[in-house]
Amino acid sequence: MLEIKNLHATVGGKEILKGINLTIKAGEVHAVMGPNGAGKSTLSYVLAGRDGYEVTSGEVLYKGENLLDLSPDERAAKGIFLAFQYPVEIPGVASATFLKTAYNAQRKARGEPEVDAMEFLKLIRVKTKELGIKDDMLKRAVNVGFSGGEKKRNEVLQMSLLEPDLMLLDETDSGLDIDALKIAAEGVNRLRSPERAALVITHYQRLLDYIVPDFVHVLADGKIVKSGDKSLAHELEEKGYAALSAA
Amino acid sequence: MAIARETVEQVASVSDKYKYGFISDIEADTAPIGLSEDIVRFISAKKEEPEWLLEWRLKAYRYWLTMEEPEWANVHYPKIDFQDIYYYSAPKQKDKLKSLDEVDPELLEVYKKLGIPLKEQEVLAGVEGAYNVAVDAVFDSVSVATTFKARLEKEGVIFCPISEAVRDHPDLVKEYMGSVVPYTDNYYAALNSAVFTDGSFCYIPKGVRCPMELSTYFRINAAQTGQFERTLIIAEDESYVSYLEGCTAPMRDENQLHAAVVELIIKKDAEIKYSTVQNWYPGDENGVGGIYNFVTKRAACRGENAKVSWTQVETGSAITWKYPSCILQGDNSVGEFYSIAIANNMQQADTGTKMIHLGKNTSSTIISKGISAGKAQNTYRGLVRMGRKAENARNHTVCDSLLIGDKCGAHTVPYIENQSRTATIEHEATTSKVSEEQLFYCQQRGLSEEESMALIVNGFCKEVLQKLPMEFAVEAQKLVGISLEGSVG
Repeated sequence: MLEIKNLHATVGGKEILKGINLTIKAGEVHAVMGPNGAGKSTLSYVLAGRDGYEVTSGEVLYKGENLLDLSPDERAAKGIFLAFQYPVEIPGVASATFLKTAYNAQRKARGEPEVDAMEFLKLIRVKTKELGIKDDMLKRAVNVGFSGGEKKRNEVLQMSLLEPDLMLLDETDSGLDIDALKIAAEGVNRLRSPERAALVITHYQRLLDYIVPDFVHVLADGKIVKSGDKSLAHELEEKGYAALSAA
Repeated sequence: MAIARETVEQVASVSDKYKYGFISDIEADTAPIGLSEDIVRFISAKKEEPEWLLEWRLKAYRYWLTMEEPEWANVHYPKIDFQDIYYYSAPKQKDKLKSLDEVDPELLEVYKKLGIPLKEQEVLAGVEGAYNVAVDAVFDSVSVATTFKARLEKEGVIFCPISEAVRDHPDLVKEYMGSVVPYTDNYYAALNSAVFTDGSFCYIPKGVRCPMELSTYFRINAAQTGQFERTLIIAEDESYVSYLEGCTAPMRDENQLHAAVVELIIKKDAEIKYSTVQNWYPGDENGVGGIYNFVTKRAACRGENAKVSWTQVETGSAITWKYPSCILQGDNSVGEFYSIAIANNMQQADTGTKMIHLGKNTSSTIISKGISAGKAQNTYRGLVRMGRKAENARNHTVCDSLLIGDKCGAHTVPYIENQSRTATIEHEATTSKVSEEQLFYCQQRGLSEEESMALIVNGFCKEVLQKLPMEFAVEAQKLVGISLEGSVG
């Protein structure tokens, strides 16, 4: 599904990613762990196509297509979803409006008919119920005045509505208490399927108790320095990143 | 000619920059170019006006001659040559129209292109039913079609072109016209008083709640024809009316002057809600062409508990100079001003309000949302004045500016004058930018860059959009998006 080959990227002229190689097949969940400043978030932004994150060499193929040629909204319509570490506030725009606009924009881009308000409400109510989200949140402006937990849950809600093929989760566990973490993880797990893949970026092993990865990679100083199965995450938790970097 | 026009339309529809930028070629019955006492007399004669009105016009004209063009607004444009403007043009009519069937089909075609929900089509088709909107359509300077009159007449509501009101209700016009905005008020009000050609008149009798929203669509058409509309609305005790005004104009190279005057009179326990969506041609990306919109709008709350609410969405015009004001004379009277002003490319907007508190316990609310993009300059200019007798008067002002890009400007110029010891005046102001982060977030969810911008800006404007009547709100939301096209990137 996703092939990253020797990816180099700069932010503000500074090289952050220094040759990433990673292949994710449909049905797999990969975790990327690493210390602060290793380039974890940069990797997710490059994949989502954020402005200012410049790819200097290497390539990324998504479903066999050159991903780097596509605009962020095109990538979204093709099934890439990024759950933000810091979800952005959009004052005055009700969550329901935002979700419906996004949902229909993606459908339109794929040549599917748009859904009307009634149909959409039915759909979203199923999702909110699954995630234990109060309908009240749909009326509130996107992320405005949301607690850290609410913001993350809102990300998971958006993801379960948009049903992406490739889920990029950027530190979804940060700012979540254990109950919220479980609900969020459950939301992600519900989407797991043989057709979908996920890249879970996290600082701590904790999240991986709930979203159990097939592979774990360690990102340090812009490169993947070690890969393994889920036991690698436990190893990291015990020994710390420093030991690994030194090794 | 037909082919040429078709081409123009095609180009316009393909470029989609200004959807309503077409020119219709209805033969105009036009006064000679320029302004003089003779022209004032010509207009008055054309309208078959009584002597008193001609005299009033002439007084206004003579007064105007003594005045200087105001220069205090934060707008810049070449000096207007008032002798290079046509002051009267009317679509030709064979005879007086008895019904809409007799309206020039080309006129109706124009309305259709504008997407005006005239409901006239239903009327033409003979459909009777629950009509919610009455339209007094102003085409250029003469009202050609007035609908729903019968329904309104049953309630005792008078809604007609002002020229007709002069003829049929001279006492009302004589009593109220110029009572809120005298011809001595300002340069453009004086000019308007001298040469106004048409506009709407509305009278709501005591205790009547107007059964439908009243709307007027203005359209500037013939080249170089200034529009000088005059609107007068009177709400008697305990009455209510909601009035909608929407405007678009065709594409032109010459700057067109528009200097309207709107006067509202609100008596005891009465309320007027006046909503405007203004989408006149703003000029091209380089600031060529576009409408000069120099308007005087003012409401007088003359009785206790009178309430007036101005809501405006200003997206068009090359230059906007407009301060819908409230004179809160009656005790406990309420004034509201909700505004969205969008300036893109080379547009300049200097707009705001005046809240003049005279009575006790009067209160006013101002919510202004200014959006600047491209190289546009957007100024909020607002006056809150508390008179000596305005005990316990209150004002709350929120003035938010949003910047898109780094070549535009937002300016806030609040004037506060307080002579009341017990008045409360609050002023909040913010300036923000649409962040790259917000745009990326929306795009990551699948919205295009322009859709993202439209969504974010509509969110910024929400408090004001909510104040618009439903049908207008939808139109206005779309307009907000259209107005900002090309502002991203």
